Amino acid sequence: MEKIKSIEELRKLREHARKSLQVRSGEAKVKIMVSMGTVGIAAGARDVLMAIISELEKRQFHDAQIVERGSLGLDNEEPVVAVERDNKTVFYGKVTAEMAREIVAQHVINGQIVSEWVIAKG
Amino acid sequence: MKIYRIHALICAGAQCIAAGGNGFEEALKNELKKHNIEEEVSVVETGCMGACQLGPLLVVYPEGIMYTNVEAKDAKEIVEEHFLKGRPVKRLMWKKEGEEEFPELKDIPFFAKQTKIVLRNCGLINPEDINEYIARDGYKALAKAVAEMEPKDVIDVVKESGLRGRGGAGFPTGLKWSFAANQDSEEKYIICNADEGDPGAYMDRSILEGDPHSVIEGMMITGYAIGSSVGYIYVRAEYPLAVRRLKMAIKQAKQAGLLGKNIFGTNFSFDMVLMMGAGAFVCGEETALINSIEGKRGEPRKKPPFPAISGLFGKPTIINNVETLANLPVIVDKGAKFFKQFGTEKSPGTKVFALAGNVNISGLVEVPMGTSLRKIVFDIGGGIPEGHTFKGALTGGPSGGVIPMEFIDTPVDYESLPDLGTIMGSGGLIIMDERSCMVDVAKFFLKFTVDESCGKCVPCREGTRQMLKILERITLGRGREEDIDRLEKMGELIKLTALCGLGQTAPNPVLSTLKYFKEEYLAHIIDKKCPAGVCQFSALKEGRKKHEAKIAH
Amino acid sequence: MKQKSLIDVLHDTQEEEEKNYLSRNKMIEIAKTTKISETKVYGVSTFYTMFSVYPRGKHIIRVCRNLSCHLSDAEKIAEKLKEILNVDFGETTEDGEFTLEESSCLGMCSVSPAMTIDDEPFGNLVVENISEILLKVKEGSKK
Ligand SMILES: Cc1cc2nc3c(=O)[nH]c(=O)nc-3n(C[C@H](O)[C@H](O)[C@H](O)COP(=O)(O)O)c2cc1C
Ligand code: SF4
Ligand code: FES
Ligand code: FES
Repeated sequence: MEKIKSIEELRKLREHARKSLQVRSGEAKVKIMVSMGTVGIAAGARDVLMAIISELEKRQFHDAQIVERGSLGLDNEEPVVAVERDNKTVFYGKVTAEMAREIVAQHVINGQIVSEWVIAKG
Repeated sequence: MKIYRIHALICAGAQCIAAGGNGFEEALKNELKKHNIEEEVSVVETGCMGACQLGPLLVVYPEGIMYTNVEAKDAKEIVEEHFLKGRPVKRLMWKKEGEEEFPELKDIPFFAKQTKIVLRNCGLINPEDINEYIARDGYKALAKAVAEMEPKDVIDVVKESGLRGRGGAGFPTGLKWSFAANQDSEEKYIICNADEGDPGAYMDRSILEGDPHSVIEGMMITGYAIGSSVGYIYVRAEYPLAVRRLKMAIKQAKQAGLLGKNIFGTNFSFDMVLMMGAGAFVCGEETALINSIEGKRGEPRKKPPFPAISGLFGKPTIINNVETLANLPVIVDKGAKFFKQFGTEKSPGTKVFALAGNVNISGLVEVPMGTSLRKIVFDIGGGIPEGHTFKGALTGGPSGGVIPMEFIDTPVDYESLPDLGTIMGSGGLIIMDERSCMVDVAKFFLKFTVDESCGKCVPCREGTRQMLKILERITLGRGREEDIDRLEKMGELIKLTALCGLGQTAPNPVLSTLKYFKEEYLAHIIDKKCPAGVCQFSALKEGRKKHEAKIAH
Repeated sequence: MKQKSLIDVLHDTQEEEEKNYLSRNKMIEIAKTTKISETKVYGVSTFYTMFSVYPRGKHIIRVCRNLSCHLSDAEKIAEKLKEILNVDFGETTEDGEFTLEESSCLGMCSVSPAMTIDDEPFGNLVVENISEILLKVKEGSKK
């Protein structure tokens, strides 16, 4: 570990370290729900989930909470990903790993809904 | 920085480990590996989460779901159902008896009704990772103190906050500091009293195990305030896990440059020495503790001189308790006003209690000073086990006394408890129902005192032994009526004449049980009966039977 | 910094000793190196319950017999330990594996009855599990 030589350095370290504890506050700006029922997993939900995590990591966005859900009953649309942001929930269907990365970049981080993939709003 | 979608917090406090927590963590990690999700789930060992009796405990974020009494064989289901499919395992979740709902952590009364200042990080962070402490505003108060405040300002904030020593006596911390600060001496010392020995008390251990940096930071703030650059932590040798975590914390703080020379580029330097006790309760007494650090027999010294004037190696020394120290970073960072909004006017802030005995949920509880005993036992602790009734609560361990049902609404603070004939003590709170015998309890604590008396002065060494003899006699059914009077007289005498706090408070459990449960003593003495059915008079009965049998022949 | 406290020295010495105690020779040696009189070293060694001037077993069992544990039947645990090990408090088993000691509160009252074996804590003890625990500790140290 680098030595902390000033108060400014402590502040920077704190800001940085705080992000990794964000999950434990149980609060986040964005909630990403991946449906992981049997059908979802069979349709490739795992890869989608991994893509979401790695994209968040790449962009160092910590204010998102990833929640796994059982099936939503939209089997023919699996894998389904729902994003809850600014009090609105949007459902995306037939999500692939590439699409998931795009959703993270556009919607999760910047608040721009990727309307062409949306299957429902709630 | 890695992102984990799940944080699985496993309690690695000593009580959860004792309850068998070790095997679970290994099993969980194996399952994660098997399903190839090690990269998604961060497994964190935390300190005590408070609800030790329900342990081993696992809390899963982001949902904040608590699993209780987890065993190695549960790991598979938790990973496959919850981590993979998002379906929490209801079977293992905490739920109130008779209720259908599975509350989230924040809605469980045991946790929801607490106010966490001292335990702010316990059970939430990994105590072996300084970064997690820093993330939770760790060392911010120290930075503020050394960079923006004069030592005198620090003392003033602490005085203003009204913080009183949590080690038992409740002496105002800021005032004590000012005595040492006023001493003109090149060398001064800070000692952290972590010799927690009161039976029934384990708050300090949980703090040391769960958030060691908060104590280290508190010591450094104290050091800056009084002009000392060396701190000793004197830990009970019976707490090996606390020793290990402290060692690690000191090492990490040194590596981070937070402990050592020229902290934050100022001319404040501080060094720390960790010392283990060797199993002598009396060493918790401050002057005995000083003797012990100096390598002597842990016998108390005469006061005055007080340690603040002449303590360790004859130098001005401030001794504070673990919990007192853990309060300091919050007071310095957030100010006296913030602190004073909790608790009562004369006893501000919170107090951590170690709830044990006949209560539904036992564990660590932090509440504002002045909270009623009823709230602690019934609202937070979930009440007395089904089918039994509250009889009394013991506070202050072997130096304290019992609070009976009629006073259950008394606010628990430094003023109210002495009025009832007991003391706040360090925070042990043992709840008893009708199955406990008060004479037996008093005898028990007195036996403890007799064992732990250092033998230096006569009233304590001999007096307590005499009292114990009488009590033993009573619990064997051989008590005499005048014994009660004798106990009272001897108790008062020992209180007045013993040299140190151990002897001065030793008669308290006897005097207090006599005060509220005299009829129970009388039942033993006159009716030769133990109303609670604890004391066995069988020896007596058998003796009598034999005697009668002889006569019959 | 001041020199190491005698308490620390005694801890270290006892730790190194296979039989977990402070031998006469060791105490004399300590007195020489620390320049503290022999009687003082002996006086300190006998003051603290964690030091022993008699040889002890490989593992030290400390059973809590204080109030919380007492209220949850710690006596039975103590009796069981005595029975299995065939020793009384303060004694060492014939094979030199265990020394049984009683302890004041170990700070594990909410998982009472409790005990420690060396540095390891055990709580919520029930009579039936005692022999299993002892066996595990014994085997663990062989590896
Ligand atoms: C017999 C006896 C045992 C004590 N044990 C402890 C102890 O284990 N921990 C503690 O902090 N204070 C203990 N004290 C109180 C200390 O002497 C001292 O008052 C305290 O450490 C001061 O710190 P504080 O002002 O922060 O409470 C004990 C006192 C007596 C008389
Ligand atoms: S009161 Fe007891 S413990 Fe205190 S000095 Fe006297 S004999 Fe020792
Ligand atoms: S030790 Fe795990 S909750 Fe207290
Ligand atoms: S009374 Fe046994 S551990 Fe506290």
